Amino acid sequence: MDIIVCVKHVPEVAEVDLRIDESGRDIEKTGLVFDINEWDDYAVEEAIRIKEEYGGSVTVVTVGSEDSDRTLRRCLAKGADRAIRVTDRRIVASDPFIVAKVLSKVIKKMTFDLVLTGAQSSDYGYAFVGPALSSLLGIPHTTLVKKIVIKDGRVVVNRELEGGLEEVVEIKLPAVLTIQTGINEPRYVSIMGIKKAMKKELRVLTLDDLGLSVDEVGVESSWIQIEEMYIPSIERRVELIRGSPEEVASKIVEIIKGRGLL
Amino acid sequence: MREILVLAEHRRGEIREITFEMLTKGRDIAEKTKSELASIILGKNIKDKAEVLSRYSDKVLVVEDDRLELFNSDIYQEALSHIIIERKPLIIMIGHTSYGVELAPSLAVSLSTPLVTDCLDLFFENGHLTAIRQMYGGKTYAKIKVKKADSYMVTFRQGVTQPVERNFKGEIVEIPSPILKEPIKKKVLDYVLPSVGEVDISSADILVSLGRGIKDRSNISLGEELAKVLGGVLACSRPIVDKGWLPRDRQVGASGKTVKPKLYLALGISGAFQHIVGMKDSQLIISVNKDPNAPIFNISHYGVVDDLFKIVPALINKIKEVKKIK
Ligand SMILES: Cc1cc2nc3c(=O)[nH]c(=O)nc-3n(C[C@H](O)[C@H](O)[C@H](O)COP(=O)(O)OP(=O)(O)OC[C@H]3O[C@@H](n4cnc5c(N)ncnc54)[C@H](O)[C@@H]3O)c2cc1C
Ligand SMILES: Nc1ncnc2c1ncn2[C@@H]1O[C@H](COP(=O)(O)O)[C@@H](O)[C@H]1O
Repeated sequence: MDIIVCVKHVPEVAEVDLRIDESGRDIEKTGLVFDINEWDDYAVEEAIRIKEEYGGSVTVVTVGSEDSDRTLRRCLAKGADRAIRVTDRRIVASDPFIVAKVLSKVIKKMTFDLVLTGAQSSDYGYAFVGPALSSLLGIPHTTLVKKIVIKDGRVVVNRELEGGLEEVVEIKLPAVLTIQTGINEPRYVSIMGIKKAMKKELRVLTLDDLGLSVDEVGVESSWIQIEEMYIPSIERRVELIRGSPEEVASKIVEIIKGRGLL
Repeated sequence: MREILVLAEHRRGEIREITFEMLTKGRDIAEKTKSELASIILGKNIKDKAEVLSRYSDKVLVVEDDRLELFNSDIYQEALSHIIIERKPLIIMIGHTSYGVELAPSLAVSLSTPLVTDCLDLFFENGHLTAIRQMYGGKTYAKIKVKKADSYMVTFRQGVTQPVERNFKGEIVEIPSPILKEPIKKKVLDYVLPSVGEVDISSADILVSLGRGIKDRSNISLGEELAKVLGGVLACSRPIVDKGWLPRDRQVGASGKTVKPKLYLALGISGAFQHIVGMKDSQLIISVNKDPNAPIFNISHYGVVDDLFKIVPALINKIKEVKKIK
């Protein structure tokens, strides 16, 4: 099985006080810690497990800046065989449709059985790129995959529906699957792995290498554009309970006692 | 007259709530753009479902075909492509659900129709379709401008629009199935029902719910203790289940359980919409999170911006004191 995994290098924002940047269209990213998109971490793990069981190769691909190398190197350290990064300032600020288009150009040049993406990116959360990519590649897809069983020339997967329900889907290869969290337990990077990764190939491509012209990418040909980004202020949203932990605890107890819950 | 076309979502004989939410939002857009609000339902033996849709729509399109019995996005795409090309709706609305995310992107790409996913709101501004959506796990909002086109496609988030029951009597139109090609690359074989767990969190009055902020498996016991003194039950967000720290039957949210307890205590939960959709109707929501911008505060009645490892022990002590437990 030759597997391609699309990975994105994203800022970790859960515990950070975010600010909007000068453009007013995105967050200020300086000082933030970046890592692999959570869903992609599960996708990379799944690909490596399939390779370990059935043989073949794992290639990780990203569209992003040079900083993404950190994420690519970590994927290589875990067991991916090679990495490809597409970097071109003409792609910056492109929408997910353009990202899918660029990825499809990279993938079309390769031989593969399976393309894995995350179910969604944690920064923009479009849940778009995977299935859009399948359409551009002219191959089938299924999303939110929680289990993969490899058969001859096809896979049988469980995909997640609402409320804990799952659907069993059979799909012909080559195909695109978008991976849901919890499908496996992603491994940690080992020291050995990091050493090996240094010797693995990391290719950098530009639009010219892909035969894509400026008018096929960039803001102009994007479907959507972020016009403004904003953060609602907390005071307007919720009644805050303030004070020392003991004071807060007393107030919470008062509130729930008032509701007859204690 | 142009159409706003809403794809009705149904599963195992039930029309799903997102359909009525979209029809409510769709009505608003139809009025503003002087369009007609149409709903479309595809499936096998679904004619009887058209009645309820007609109460919300100016027109209900019904497509019956045995091959549409299960939700296979390939077959849906084939059927919808023909219909969309013929009718040229102004906006096609699809739920941002497990079915919608499977269908919409590849349908949009194949028709070259611009798509915005996971919209919370939609309107036209200076001639541009404009969408409001969240980004960065719900910590920021973005106003998205869509490129001008003849038709647009959106996926719409569940649980943000209050469905308004209407008394329209939309015309029901049966459309002959336009499916030509047998899809051969993807087959939907079966459903797997969730296993019945030991604990039914949806029947508890008090839920103490833990998120990734609990940091480590060994800290789960802190939540357990609070649940015990409160006489409540322990629940959690998805990452806690993904990591195997609590069993799946404890998960609250879109892919877990929907709960409406008298008290929901959210500890170290950021409030991603897939979590919120499962607990926002709780009678009293108190959240503890050290990040003042955590979206969980959008739907909480009371918020504590602090470290849960300081607040929870103090709360346990206070409750013990009040209840005179030693
Ligand atoms: C199709 C799909 C279905 C999904 N279904 C579900 C579902 O059913 N249920 C669900 O929950 N999620 C679901 N998710 C995942 C969801 O998108 C989020 O990833 C998840 O809810 C995040 O969980 P969290 O809030 O616990 O973690 P995070 O988002 O990582 O948030 C952790 C929070 O803890 C806070 N924190 C950290 N340390 C402390 C401390 N010491 N004291 C106080 N606060 C602290 C942080 O500020 C942060 O806000 C689904 C996702 C997809 C794509
Ligand atoms: N810039 C990118 N480079 C590589 N893969 C990406 C990129 N953006 C998105 N993806 C892939 O597409 C998935 C879904 O992203 P999104 O459509 O933005 O929610 C991610 O989990 C990645 O696998």
